Amino acid sequence: MAIAVDRLQTAPEAEIDQWLRMYRRMLMIRLFEEQVNDLYTRALMPGLAHLYIGEEAVAVGVCEALRSDDYITSTHRGHGHCLAKGARLDRMFAELLGKEAGYCKGKGGSMHIADPDTGNLGANAIVGGSAGIATGAALTAKRMKTGRVAVCFFGDGAMGQGLLYEVMNMASLWKLPVIYVCENNLYGEYTSNVETLAGDMLTRAAGFAIRGESVDGQDVRKVHAAATQIVERVRAGAGPAFLVCNTYRFMGHHVGDVNREYYRSKQEEQLWKTERDPIKLLGDWLGAQNLTDRARLEQLRIEVKSEVEQAVQFALAAPYPGPDKVDQDVYA
Amino acid sequence: MPETREITLGEAVREALVEEMRRDSRVFICGEDIAEAGTVFKVLGGLVDEFGPERVLDTPISEAGFTGMAVGAAMTGMRPVVDIMFGDFSTLVMDQMVNQAAKVHYMSGGRWKVPMVMRATLGATRRSGAQHSQSLHAWFCHVPGLKVVLPATPYDAKGLMKTAIRDDNPVVFFEDKMMYRLKGPVPAEEYTIPFGVADVKREGTDVTIVATSSMVQVALGAAKLLEADGISAEVIDPRTLWPLDEKTLVESAKKTSRVIVVDEGYGRYGATAEIASAITEGAFFDLEAPVKRIGAMHVPIPFSPPLEDATVPNEQAVVAAAKALLG
Repeated sequence: MAIAVDRLQTAPEAEIDQWLRMYRRMLMIRLFEEQVNDLYTRALMPGLAHLYIGEEAVAVGVCEALRSDDYITSTHRGHGHCLAKGARLDRMFAELLGKEAGYCKGKGGSMHIADPDTGNLGANAIVGGSAGIATGAALTAKRMKTGRVAVCFFGDGAMGQGLLYEVMNMASLWKLPVIYVCENNLYGEYTSNVETLAGDMLTRAAGFAIRGESVDGQDVRKVHAAATQIVERVRAGAGPAFLVCNTYRFMGHHVGDVNREYYRSKQEEQLWKTERDPIKLLGDWLGAQNLTDRARLEQLRIEVKSEVEQAVQFALAAPYPGPDKVDQDVYA
Repeated sequence: MPETREITLGEAVREALVEEMRRDSRVFICGEDIAEAGTVFKVLGGLVDEFGPERVLDTPISEAGFTGMAVGAAMTGMRPVVDIMFGDFSTLVMDQMVNQAAKVHYMSGGRWKVPMVMRATLGATRRSGAQHSQSLHAWFCHVPGLKVVLPATPYDAKGLMKTAIRDDNPVVFFEDKMMYRLKGPVPAEEYTIPFGVADVKREGTDVTIVATSSMVQVALGAAKLLEADGISAEVIDPRTLWPLDEKTLVESAKKTSRVIVVDEGYGRYGATAEIASAITEGAFFDLEAPVKRIGAMHVPIPFSPPLEDATVPNEQAVVAAAKALLG
């Protein structure tokens, strides 16, 4: 007979802290991205941005399993990865607005945020373009025996790029500590991957003798559990791994992709938003387990919202780089 | 008196790599058939015996893949040298070199750097057909963030390769595959050659011949023929196409007032166009005639020997151009 227990009394405090930390991080990404969308619609942000809303559990679940000195490479839809790896909100906003205080002094922009301090080798606007960089970082880790691992985030669209398979082959041959994380959000830009992906994704990795698994990418606890096991194995020298996180892009391909019915239905989007929101799912679970209460989660929201607002105000007020900066940093 | 030996250009490249790999444990080389095979041109023979297969890393035939890995390895603390067997395969690595390696430093606001070298070959007349004979170095010159090196002698090859490996930027280093056996004096003691410094290979007063890589020997041969006709030709090798030593080129142009630029790449939008333009801008009022450009014929490199030979600039073409300039 199962005995109901009060988890609040039995779950280790560290574990509760970790869940709340992941909740907070996901919320931070969500509110950051909502603010980005707002900046775009108010014409305060130059260019475009690709929002991560709906996919927060992937970046947060994976990065929570990493050391701060582990490496990541990110994608055009990269704000979530950067924040999950420890980027600051104010410097993120500043970069998106092209300001000197941004992570890349305004020279990178939304799709190119990089930060050595958090092991972020850079977001990449070429689909699948960072697969080589992540694998090369893993080669360094192995050669220099630093114990670091490299995580290469990419979308299901990158499964169509040859580079990925070239480096998977070498990573497997040389047992490199690299983890290929595919965020399968079902669409590459405006096309369903039913039209673009033949066969089974995991089988592709298996062809290189790379152990692969797929996980519910909306459940941060599952993503984190899978990532933790994989990171441990890869760090111990087992060679590369492949993790498919099944997720969904709640918004359009980018902030300007508003009318989407020609490639996916509103009903489908609504279903994911109401039934499969990663933040709500974790919040509900924490509540059901009696690990926290609504008031505490609401308090977190208020805190994060205030941080996001302060950060965006900082970025809006921050100066642009002077024109004399344009030809600096071309060569080291 | 410092010791100087005669070694080949291939041996000079090899010596540079060996010395830098001994000096710096972060340096490694990767590519196809570079370990036991020592490359198809046998330039790297024996390296694997000294440094082992981890530092002389044989790769699958995946140029984009291992070039991309070199970018990541360079960003994280290694100093990779990538061996691209034929420069024609530049097409396969272009995203990694142009969109990744060249831009990482700038896009990150100067926070990441990519200290890597991409070695490749150029040059026709090896009877290798259209996909193994091109001279595509101009492509890389077009991209901010890359440096482009074209040695023409064993001495330059060694000194420039050592500089390339020590440079904190991505450097593309083109070797003429037909010159690997060319011998020349190389000091036994260590030296490096700075980028952006042209070398006057021969002094002259009547006409300046600016020549790169495989065309330096052609220019020197033409200069000898011209000398027999009483024409004094100056031959200048820029050695690095970027950075480009415009000052030395312009000064020579001002001195001779007639200039020929010869390069084995295609003339159309090629290295000769850029150099001719720089000279024209810098020495316009001292020139007696428009700068003459000579490049490869604008055709895919044919296989048949007489056809292939016809595509490459030769001494006769340079001599004829010089005589035409001198009226």
